[in-house]
Amino acid sequence: MTLSRIAPYLQATPLTLILAAFLVLPIATIVMVSFWDYDSIQIFPAFVFTNYEETITSPVTWSTYLNTLKYTVIVWAVTLIIGFWVAYYLAFHIRSATMQMVLFLICTIPFLTSNIIRMISWIPFLGRNGLLNQSLMSMGVIDQPLEFLLFSDFAVVLAMVHLYTLFMVTPIFNTLMRIDRALIEAARDAGASAFQILTNVIIPLAKPGIAIGSIFVVTLVMGDFITVRFMSGGQSASVGLMMANQIALLQYPAAAANAVILLALVLLLVAGILRIVNIRKEL
Amino acid sequence: MNSDKRGPGFYVLTAFFILFVLFLYGPLSTIFILSFQGPNGGLTFPMNGVSLRWFENLLFEQQAVGDFGGAFSRSLVLGLMTMLTTVVVSLLAGLAFRRRFLGSGPLFYLTIASLIVPSILISLGIGLAFNVFGLEPAWYSSGFGAHLTWTLPFGLLIMFAVFNRFNPAYEEAARDLGASPWQTFAHVVLPIILPSLIGVGLFGFTLSYDEFARTLMTSGSFNTLPLEIYGMTTNVTTPVLYALGTVTTVFSLAVILLALATIAVLRKRRARRLAG
Repeated sequence: MTLSRIAPYLQATPLTLILAAFLVLPIATIVMVSFWDYDSIQIFPAFVFTNYEETITSPVTWSTYLNTLKYTVIVWAVTLIIGFWVAYYLAFHIRSATMQMVLFLICTIPFLTSNIIRMISWIPFLGRNGLLNQSLMSMGVIDQPLEFLLFSDFAVVLAMVHLYTLFMVTPIFNTLMRIDRALIEAARDAGASAFQILTNVIIPLAKPGIAIGSIFVVTLVMGDFITVRFMSGGQSASVGLMMANQIALLQYPAAAANAVILLALVLLLVAGILRIVNIRKEL
Repeated sequence: MNSDKRGPGFYVLTAFFILFVLFLYGPLSTIFILSFQGPNGGLTFPMNGVSLRWFENLLFEQQAVGDFGGAFSRSLVLGLMTMLTTVVVSLLAGLAFRRRFLGSGPLFYLTIASLIVPSILISLGIGLAFNVFGLEPAWYSSGFGAHLTWTLPFGLLIMFAVFNRFNPAYEEAARDLGASPWQTFAHVVLPIILPSLIGVGLFGFTLSYDEFARTLMTSGSFNTLPLEIYGMTTNVTTPVLYALGTVTTVFSLAVILLALATIAVLRKRRARRLAG
């Protein structure tokens, strides 16, 4: 019987080793390097706080973090509203399981192709000579192309919503599917209106899914740099983009200090969400 | 809601859902159409004739920048490596988590952490760690590890969902009939969870095949496909970019459909076996 006692340890070993090597060790390295010193050519071991000082005292950092939080809040709110109603529709209005599966897959398929391809695909649509501007002009709504559509905050948020909504739909759909339909019947028999059922029964029971989706969206947006670089045309900044630029300039210790601050912020937000709902219980 | 008559809410939400699907597919379909742009056509509408020129250019001609074939084969191999490893490791870990073991809590939270730590951070960390230890980053070592930190949490969460719904009575029955633990696993557990394992593999492959941020600092001197596409977006001003988008999207779609078809066949075969 000793084998069966050690079996779980053997089975968990590969996962543990991979995470230790490619998650724990790299983060430890980031923390270590964030205290290192650097000049224009190389980085060298030291124990200095200058990287943090420079990061925290720079007004650029503050505006970049504020901008990142702005994206996070807007994208979170939009994906939550879209995600909830899409999930609600699939879970409560589609009656056959097969149809649910088919519609769900239709939503999923675009999310399985490259993020960059999906971003490129906005360009012919939103550009100055893009589809949207041309159809608006031919309809006579506007007489010159709207400039704000591409390479703007609007484009960044639009692309992020396009990229990340599924991360909200899936967990909410999952929790909605597990709600006992008898509870809704009971609420209706007790005289609740559709709106009361929604706010008093469905939304409270959907909270774990909303929390998981929120964690996904918040962490994805906080760390995003490619969408911001691409869709803002270099006119907006995010923390991830700031890090990517520092990396490109080989300022690794500065990037590492930024990474530590970003990680702390992300963990704080996630902890805040987890205070509201206990996710482990729901798995 | 569950009553037989559809309320107005149903029609409003149906319209909302259709708009959402259009929002998802609209932009993708524009690049699909524009990849058939004529030889003199540009990056936007109108179409200047219809041709396969840009596909030919992509597939058979030397590009000014980059190496599409090499990048594609590297991404393919990396995707397959990630897929196999994700399936095996998350299956083992999923089995482990069915029982209580010392450290299961921390390991669970570590796996979740792997999911929520921003990709660029993982990329930077692995790049730096390889640098500090004097190792050369390469797509098959550091890049592979970076992809696993993204695919394994998804794999494990799917395995959790699978084993939460798994009825242990099947295993008990096998044991009572004298099956060894290995026989129980191979003849009872594995066939039941096989469709889900294919799902895990599909997830692992597509996540790796499309992963950009985690590959950025970890791929070494050779590009994977997403990095190649990214390079092209900053250098290439012809519809060959859209042809590339179309080809890779069609490839992803083919992989997904193949996996779904396999799952369907397995389900049908099992149903037939149970019935017969």
